[in-house]
Amino acid sequence: MRKITYRDALREALREEMLRDKTVFLLGEDIGRYWHGAFKVTKGLAEEFGDERVRDTPISESAIIGVATGAAITGMRPVAEIMFGDLSALAMDQIANQAAKLQYMFGGQAKVPLVIRMPFGAGVNIAAHHSQSLEAWFMHVPGLKIVMPSTPYDAKGLLKTAIRDDDPVMFFEHKLLYPIEGSVPEEEYTIPLGVADVKRKGEDVTIVATLYMVHKALAAAEELDRQGINAEVIDPRTLVPLDKQTILNSVKKTGRIVLVTEDCKTAGVSAEIAAVVAEDALDYLDAPIKRVAEPDTPIPFSPPLEQFVIPNEKSIIKAVKEIVY
Amino acid sequence: MPEKAKSINMYRKMLEIRHFEEKVHELYGQNLVPGTIHLYAGQEATAVGVCANLRRDDYITSTHRGHGHCIAKDAKLEKIMAEILGKKTGYCKGKGGSMHIADFTIGMLGATAVVGAGLPIAAGAGLSIKLRGTDQIVACFFGDGASNQGTFHEGINMAAIWALPVLFVCENNLYAMGTRQSRVMTIENVADRAAAYGIPGMVVDGNDALAVYEAAHEAVMRARQGKGPTLIECKTYRHKGHSRFDPATYRPKEEVKNWLTKDPIPRFKKKLLEKDFLTEKEAIQIEEEVVKAVEAIVKFAVESPYPAPEEALEDVYTQKEAYK
Repeated sequence: MRKITYRDALREALREEMLRDKTVFLLGEDIGRYWHGAFKVTKGLAEEFGDERVRDTPISESAIIGVATGAAITGMRPVAEIMFGDLSALAMDQIANQAAKLQYMFGGQAKVPLVIRMPFGAGVNIAAHHSQSLEAWFMHVPGLKIVMPSTPYDAKGLLKTAIRDDDPVMFFEHKLLYPIEGSVPEEEYTIPLGVADVKRKGEDVTIVATLYMVHKALAAAEELDRQGINAEVIDPRTLVPLDKQTILNSVKKTGRIVLVTEDCKTAGVSAEIAAVVAEDALDYLDAPIKRVAEPDTPIPFSPPLEQFVIPNEKSIIKAVKEIVY
Repeated sequence: MPEKAKSINMYRKMLEIRHFEEKVHELYGQNLVPGTIHLYAGQEATAVGVCANLRRDDYITSTHRGHGHCIAKDAKLEKIMAEILGKKTGYCKGKGGSMHIADFTIGMLGATAVVGAGLPIAAGAGLSIKLRGTDQIVACFFGDGASNQGTFHEGINMAAIWALPVLFVCENNLYAMGTRQSRVMTIENVADRAAAYGIPGMVVDGNDALAVYEAAHEAVMRARQGKGPTLIECKTYRHKGHSRFDPATYRPKEEVKNWLTKDPIPRFKKKLLEKDFLTEKEAIQIEEEVVKAVEAIVKFAVESPYPAPEEALEDVYTQKEAYK
């Protein structure tokens, strides 16, 4: 199978859906022909589909989401790009109070088929306003779906599904994933929301990881394997809906679980998954649940400081070894 | 001036809003209305004057003080009242209440209770119209308070740069809750802000249904012709306080008294009589019909059932299965 980058996979998904459905259009800051997006995901799309459907906006995050929401409830399928996930804070009312709630507040009259794409993640030395992982904020808002693909294959299949979904979907990418390559078929495919992927089979311990952390978890699992510990690595791929069953089934098999996420530990996504395991599979656990996440600090700038706060293979291996004995 | 039948219909709509709101006021006195209420009484000329220019397929967005907008856009009174009482037969099946009424079948895209949040959404409906290539338009209602939100700036600017077919209708009733406009703006006219976006700004007497109609007519023409948005400021006044228990003591008595002499309904009636569109007798008859109709819808709403409690779990997502 051919290999393409995560960035190209996202672009293919956007392009195919724009070709398939005239109501799909893109809007965001500098996504058009002059810049192609901060991470070049939209390269070539304005040239192919025109400036009306690949729409550069003013620097107005709140209005980007508000406008996308207004278009979504009147028959369009907008894909809005927020240049960095951190900037979603500027649009929080439109995301959390408007897009997420219109359908419910209006008794099911409004459909909000909206995708909001944004990159998360630390590791490129751009400090506290361009590096956060804020998925937990959105997981706490009923009405939003949340997608976090870790591979080019998942990125393409899930983005196509997200665009076709009738609910608002938060689509979180990771800036370190854009250049990574992976196998993506030439032919059409989609991936349903709410289906986790077992990225590596194992018997001794379950590692649940999201987004870029999936790759660190897989690397850690390889090293653990050399040391005689056989880890299963699960990527939920979507946080809402969350495929609890795949996680619970794995825990029932291994009796041990380590959760690896790049968000801050306190009230993070790992806290929710840990609670699910504690509620539904406590009797199967042979050891405490372990969490590997960022400490509760803003993301620092200086490389040694930044690397210190991001979970890595070592911290994952350490956590695994604390419960596999 | 709109032709006779339309003018009489505008008068009827204004009366419907007034009597509807008086009834809501009465019902909450009887503890039949859960939560809070923001009454539209006094501002009828604005909603009716604007909506008289709209087609059924045109859109409006509304606010926490939105009953009048719904009625002016031809929403069903009984479904509005049922929603206000939290009944299953209401527009939102009891999930939205007074501050979140919507009727997508008539382009009423719903009321948002976050002040100023409707402006970008209205611009988005305008963008949708442009991309779909229809000649619909959007009327976006908001208050003087909303014009201090960032969304006012962001939403109008985006509508302006893309020449979107949107009427931004500021209902300036002088007070954002208890805060008088002069305490939070150095300008007298919100419409002056239109200059910052390079679009027309108009100031009209919001208690004069004809003045509002004429201004909105011009703005609607511009919008339908693809010439972009307009900011219309309607100077008006709410008869009651901001919300349920607000006695509005922050408003000087003289000011209230003065504005009550400018009540939009008798003013419009006078014009209709002068124009011979209406006789005094016909006017009385219309009002009697409206009073009767409002009584009937109250009966419907009061007698309607509440939703089953577990319906609280529905409509979070489009698919029936809940994400738990």
